[in-house]
Amino acid sequence: MRHLLSAADLTRDEAVLILDTASELATVTDRSVKKLPTLRGRTVVNLFFEDSTRTRISFEVAAKRLSADVINFAAKGSSVSKGESLKDTALTLEAIGADAVIIRHGASGAPHRLAHAGWIGGSVINAGDGTHEHPTQALLDAFTLRRHLTNGEGDLAGVRVTIVGDVLHSRVARSNVLLLQTLGAHTTVVAPPTLLPVGIESWPCDVSYDIDTALTDADAVMMLRVQGERMRAAFFPSANEYSRAYGLNAERLRTMRPGSIVLHPGPMNRGMEISADVADSDRSVIVEQVANGVSIRMAVLYLLLGGNTKGQGS
Amino acid sequence: MDVSRAHIVLDDADIGRAIRRIAHEIVERARGSEGLILLGIPTRGVLLAQRIADAIAATEGTDVPTGSLDITLYRDDLRLRPARALESTSIPVEGIDGKTVVLVDDVLYSGRTVRAALDALNDLGRPAAVRLAVLIDRGHRELPIRPDFVGKNLPTSFAEQVRVEVAEIDGHDRVTILESPEPPTAEHEGGQRR
Repeated sequence: MRHLLSAADLTRDEAVLILDTASELATVTDRSVKKLPTLRGRTVVNLFFEDSTRTRISFEVAAKRLSADVINFAAKGSSVSKGESLKDTALTLEAIGADAVIIRHGASGAPHRLAHAGWIGGSVINAGDGTHEHPTQALLDAFTLRRHLTNGEGDLAGVRVTIVGDVLHSRVARSNVLLLQTLGAHTTVVAPPTLLPVGIESWPCDVSYDIDTALTDADAVMMLRVQGERMRAAFFPSANEYSRAYGLNAERLRTMRPGSIVLHPGPMNRGMEISADVADSDRSVIVEQVANGVSIRMAVLYLLLGGNTKGQGS
Repeated sequence: MDVSRAHIVLDDADIGRAIRRIAHEIVERARGSEGLILLGIPTRGVLLAQRIADAIAATEGTDVPTGSLDITLYRDDLRLRPARALESTSIPVEGIDGKTVVLVDDVLYSGRTVRAALDALNDLGRPAAVRLAVLIDRGHRELPIRPDFVGKNLPTSFAEQVRVEVAEIDGHDRVTILESPEPPTAEHEGGQRR
């Protein structure tokens, strides 16, 4: 493994290795010295062309816990706002000696371009590209599911996950469906027809328009954020109507299996896709997802940068 | 493994006696089992640590806390090979502060594993003392590190390989010397030059 661009690139064994590595690295958080010397002397660049709080901070904390040097590069206030191309930005990062570039970009495929254009020699980690993929989010969701539903070991065989909401604009949904398939889970995607992407029938999951039937046999439900900033048209009549038809509230939570859990990749629109009482309930693992994100990103950084990085295939 | 070229150094009875002697020496040196913690280095060191704890329990009647200490993230040769899978680290809940930590490993060779273990301990707390127990000391140290408790000193040449097998993993207890080394494997690296 040299880059992490898509959840689909991971085999079942690679995905389980990342989850197992994350479980071990999670214990670092409980120690008096929350730091490992493993990536000393490595330089990691956070290259963020889109706004992000938790993903950027999560990668930054993960890299710092492994003793890597972190350079934060936000497009706002950089030469990008003067019109610099992705290529020239990449060449600059190569010249200063970046061992890994963590990229978030509004254009789907930008991480792939960065990894394969020959501009840089280091690893590329996709931290979300357009409406395409967000593989570390899928990994941290799988890690969270595994902790609660399969004793924290192995894959997710037999686990039933329902993903609800704005699938059309969601890179989280695509990465999750692909990774959950690899790990043996069964996924059902629920959304209004206007918020389903073209080609959804080719995804390895069931598709439904009805949240209530899709919740009854689910072990976990993953609520997606309604991405207002990406919406160029009217996809549903009103926020109220969306919330009534597709939002997760206490009443719907009661119809779910005992022990089932609620996930949300954040940031939440409380009162829209998820009600405040559900978000704060003891079935919600939303805050834990953030903590698990650090462990997963440490695992990915360790596995990509911890060993000999010369002469690996991609 | 080509058994015809392997030379058995310790059999299961020898290993049992060595473990019991090491257990006695640890307790003698610490003047009791109070404040002791045994930390094995994965994989076989963890099992040996458990056996030493069992031997102490049999003679002293006290349970010494045991755990495992994975040193992968502290190795000095990480950059020489692709990233390795991590082993389990589990430290007894009472922690290591102020305790006498006995590190347990199967083979002591270059000393680099022990150096990494000392670094790892440093990040976990501040023990009162750290001791080292190994089943086999095969010499060829590359760092100024010496064991406190040794099952058997085994002078070897660089070309030889020492293999420690334990019943829980390999089906039997046995220590063998192989005349010519096999290619390094992750599990049996105690005999390999690192």
